[in-house]
Amino acid sequence: VCFIPGGLDCSISFVSHVLGKVCVHGRQKEILGVLVPRLMDLTKSDCIWQRICWRLVECVPDRWMEAVVLGFVQRTPGADVLSRLLGNLVVKNKKAQFVVTQKLLLLQYCHTTAVLQNLLGYLALDGLRPSLGSLIQVLQELLETWGSSSAVKHSPPEQQQYISKAILICLSHLKEPEIESCRQELLTSMMEGVKCHLDSSLPQIRRLGMIVAESISSKINTDGPVLKFQYEEDDETRELKSLLVQTPPFCVVPSLPDDDRNEKADAALPLVLESNKKSHTAAPVTPVEESDAELDSDDDLIPYDMSEDKELKTKAPVYIRDCIEVLTGSEDMEKWEATVKALESLVRKNPAATREVSVELAKILLHLEEKTCIEGFVELRQRAQVAVLTTDPIPVAKYLTSQFYSLNYSLRQRMDILDVLVLAARELSYPKSQGKTKHSGAQNPCIQLLPGSDSSKDWRTIVDERIKSKTRRFATGSSQGELTSSPNEFSFVAGHFFFPLIQHFDSSSSVGWCEYQGIYFLYRNSVLQAVTAMGKALLEFVWALRFHTDSYVRQGLLSCISSLLLSVPAQHLLEDMTEELLETQSWLGDVVEKDPDGDCRRLALQNLLLMENLKKKLEPVPS
Amino acid sequence: MALPPPDPQFVLRGTGAAVHTLHFSCAGQEPDVPILFSGSENGFVHVWNLQTHRVDAALDGHGRKSVYCVQTMGGKDRLLSQGRDQRICMWDLAEGRTSVTDSVFTENVGFCRCSLLKVAQGRWLMAMAAKATDEVQVLELPSKTSVCTLKPEVGAKLGMPMCLKLWQLSCGSQPLLLAGYEDGSVVLWNLSTGNALSQLVCHQEPVMSLDFDSEKAKGISGSSEKVLSIWSLNEQQNLQVYKTHKLVNAGISDITIRPDKKILATAGWDHRIRIFGWKKLKPLAVLDYHTATVHCVSFSDHKNPSERLLAAGSKDHRISVWSIYTQT
Repeated sequence: VCFIPGGLDCSISFVSHVLGKVCVHGRQKEILGVLVPRLMDLTKSDCIWQRICWRLVECVPDRWMEAVVLGFVQRTPGADVLSRLLGNLVVKNKKAQFVVTQKLLLLQYCHTTAVLQNLLGYLALDGLRPSLGSLIQVLQELLETWGSSSAVKHSPPEQQQYISKAILICLSHLKEPEIESCRQELLTSMMEGVKCHLDSSLPQIRRLGMIVAESISSKINTDGPVLKFQYEEDDETRELKSLLVQTPPFCVVPSLPDDDRNEKADAALPLVLESNKKSHTAAPVTPVEESDAELDSDDDLIPYDMSEDKELKTKAPVYIRDCIEVLTGSEDMEKWEATVKALESLVRKNPAATREVSVELAKILLHLEEKTCIEGFVELRQRAQVAVLTTDPIPVAKYLTSQFYSLNYSLRQRMDILDVLVLAARELSYPKSQGKTKHSGAQNPCIQLLPGSDSSKDWRTIVDERIKSKTRRFATGSSQGELTSSPNEFSFVAGHFFFPLIQHFDSSSSVGWCEYQGIYFLYRNSVLQAVTAMGKALLEFVWALRFHTDSYVRQGLLSCISSLLLSVPAQHLLEDMTEELLETQSWLGDVVEKDPDGDCRRLALQNLLLMENLKKKLEPVPS
Repeated sequence: MALPPPDPQFVLRGTGAAVHTLHFSCAGQEPDVPILFSGSENGFVHVWNLQTHRVDAALDGHGRKSVYCVQTMGGKDRLLSQGRDQRICMWDLAEGRTSVTDSVFTENVGFCRCSLLKVAQGRWLMAMAAKATDEVQVLELPSKTSVCTLKPEVGAKLGMPMCLKLWQLSCGSQPLLLAGYEDGSVVLWNLSTGNALSQLVCHQEPVMSLDFDSEKAKGISGSSEKVLSIWSLNEQQNLQVYKTHKLVNAGISDITIRPDKKILATAGWDHRIRIFGWKKLKPLAVLDYHTATVHCVSFSDHKNPSERLLAAGSKDHRISVWSIYTQT
C-alpha cells in the first residue's frame, strides 16, 4: 500500500512499465540519468518517496527487471544510496534476487569495480534487515565458482579477476560474527580454490589465487599465522588488495551532471589507490620540528616505524662440538633449546664430525633431561640419538648396550636405549640412496630373504671367529674394511647390537620382558640377512628362556623361532643348527601339549609345521 | 604515528645463487634502458633490465667462481668484474656483445672488493688487494701499469685489506686511498708517495665495508660487531673518530652513501637493510624483506631524483629494489 498526495498509486506501475521498457531498449543512461538523481534527492529524507521508489522498481515486469536493476546499480554512487533506492527488492522480487545475486556476479563480468562495490555493499547492508543472510550466501557461491577447477581452466582471466574482486569486496564487508559462523567452509573452499589456481599455467591466474587466498586467510585467522604468498606487487595486486578495505561512502553532490557522476564513481576508486600507493613510496615532505636547535636537511626525512626491529633470536650452533658445549654447560636456555632442535639434522649433515665425538654425544643424549618446555622433546632427543647411532654404529652401540645392563638407569632410560637401537636398526636395514663411500653399489633397499652370496660368508667367517674366541667382545673398526659390498648396512653392525644384549640378559630382572622385546625386534631386522650365527645365538637364548613364567615372553620367543625358520635358508638351519633345532623341536612339542596359554600352543604348532616343511624341502625329489 | 616501512618496489629473482655485488647504470638517455648489474656466487654477472625486470644477459667469465665485485667504467657498455678465480675482467657490452676485452690476474685469494676512480678521460685508477697478504696495489687502467704498491710498515699487523675506497677531492687533485683492514683499522694512503698518512682504529673486529663522503670529509665503516663507526678527516689529513652508532644486531656486510649524500644504507647479517640520514646518522628505516644475510646494497644513479632506487642483494638469491626517500 502506498499513499501519495494526489493519488498517484496506480500510475506507479505504469511508470514502472515505461521505465522497464525504456531500459530494456538500451536507453538506461538517459532515463536513469534523470531519474536516479531525482530519486536520490527525494528519498534522502522522505520515507514516502522511498516507498514510492521501491514500488517503482518492484513493479517493473520481470522481463525488464534486469535492465532496470543493472541501471540502478551502475548509476548510484554508493551502496548505501542503492540500498535506499532499492530497499528490500532483493528479498521481495525473485527476479531481482536472481539478477543481483547470480547474474551480475557470476554470469557477467563486464562491470566495473565500482559496480561490484555498490552491489555487494548493498547486499551487505541488506543483511541488516531480517533477510536471508544473503551476503554470506553470495560469498559462498562466489567461492564455489572461484574454486572450481573447470572454471579456473576455462573461464577467461577477466572473469576470474571479476570474481576475485567480488570475493575480496565481500570479505571486506563481512563482520566478525558472520565470519565465525562460516569459518570452516571458507577455509575449505579456499584450500580447494587455491590449489586450482596454483596449478594454472597463467601467472595472472596464479597471482589472483594467491591474493584471494591470502585475503581469506587473513580474515579467518585474525590472530594466528596467516597465509602469505610471494608474488610481484604491481598495480593490479595493489588494486585488488585495496578492495579489502572499505572506504567510507562518497558524498555526492546532486547537482553534478550525471555523466560526471559515473566517472566519479569510477574515479573515486583509483584515487583511493593513488593515495595508497603514494603513502608507500615516499615519505611525506612535511617539515617536522626537531628537538635540536639547528634545522638541517635531515629533518625533511621522516623516519618509518622501526618498532619491529628487534634482536635476532639466537641461532643454534653450526658445529657438533659447539652443540656438545651448549648441551653440557650452557645456561642460555634459548640456545639450549635451539641446539636440541637442530641437533638431529646437524648430526646427519656432518657424519665425519659426529664420528669423532659419537660416544660422548650418545652419553650426553642419554642423560639429557628436559630443561625447558620444548614441544616433542622426547622425540627430538630420540631422533638425535638414532642419528648418532646410525652415523657411527659400532662404538655407540657398544656404549649403549653396555649401559643398558648397568646400574643406576631408570626404566625409561633402558626403554629409550632399546627404542633407539631398534629404530637405528631399522634405519640401517634400509640404506638411503646416498650411499656411503664404503658401500659402492649399495643402492637397492633390500629385504632379502636370501643372503647375498659373498657378503654373508664374509660376515659369517668374522662372526664365527668371534664366537670361537669366546670373548664376545667385538673390536671396532677391524671388520669394516674387509667387508665390501653388502646391501645391508645393518648386517655389519647387527652383531654389535644383538649379541651384547643377549649375552647379558637377565631374565629375573623386572625389565626382562621389555628387554627381550627389543632383542626380538632387533632380531627380526637382522634376520633379513640370514646371519646364522645370530640364529644359533637366538636359539640358545630361546632355550634359556623357554620356561619363562610370562606367557607373553614365551609367545615372543615362539615368534622369534618362526622368523628364524622362515628367513634362514634351510641348508644353514639343518647344517649348522641341527642340535639346537632338535632341542627346540622337542620343546615345541612340549609346548603344544602342555602350555597353558592358547596362543603359545598355536605358535608352537606353527613352528613345528614349519620345521616339517623345511625338512621336506630338502629331501631329494623323487625322480 | 610513524608509517610502517615500505615494501620493495619489485624483487628480482633468477640469479640462482647468493648475490654478492650490485651496480646500477641508469644515467643514460633514452633509448637506453636502466640497468642493474649483479654478481653471484655461481660465477655469473647478470645484466638486469629494470624496465622488464628480467635478465638481458648473463656473463660467464669467472669459471663459475663467485663474483664479488662489479663496477662500470663510464657507462653500461664497459663493465669490470672481480671474481674468486683471482681475476678482474673488463667486458665490452656495447651493441649486445658480451666479451672480455682484458683481464688482470690478481693472485689474491681474498674477498676484498677493488675500487675504481676515474682520473682522466679514458684513464682509471684501480686499487686491489695484492698477492702479499697485507698489501694493496694500485693499477692504472686500461694500461694495467702499476702505479704503486701500498705496504704497511713492518710490525703494523694490519692483516688483510678488507675494503678499499679511492677518492679525490676534486677532479685533478691528488687521489687518495682509504683502506679498511682485518684488525679493525682504517688507513689513509697517499698514492704518490706510497705512505700512510693516517691510521685510525675504528673497530675491534675486521672492517667489512666503508664509504666516504669527500665533500664533508666524513666516512663510515661497518664491521662484524654491533657498531658503526663514523670518522672524519681533518685538514692535516688525520683520521679521527667522529661518533659511533650501536646497532641492534651484529654484522654489516656493506655500507653505501647515496650520491646526493643525504642518506646511507647498510646491509646487515641480520637480513635487514637499514637506512640512516647521513648528516647525523639518524635512523630512518629498517627494511626487513630478505630471509638471509644481505650481502650488498647499492644506490642508483638516476638523473631524475624521483626515479632513484636502492637495491640489495642477499644470500637468499634475491635482489630487492626499493624506492625510498626519493622526494628529497
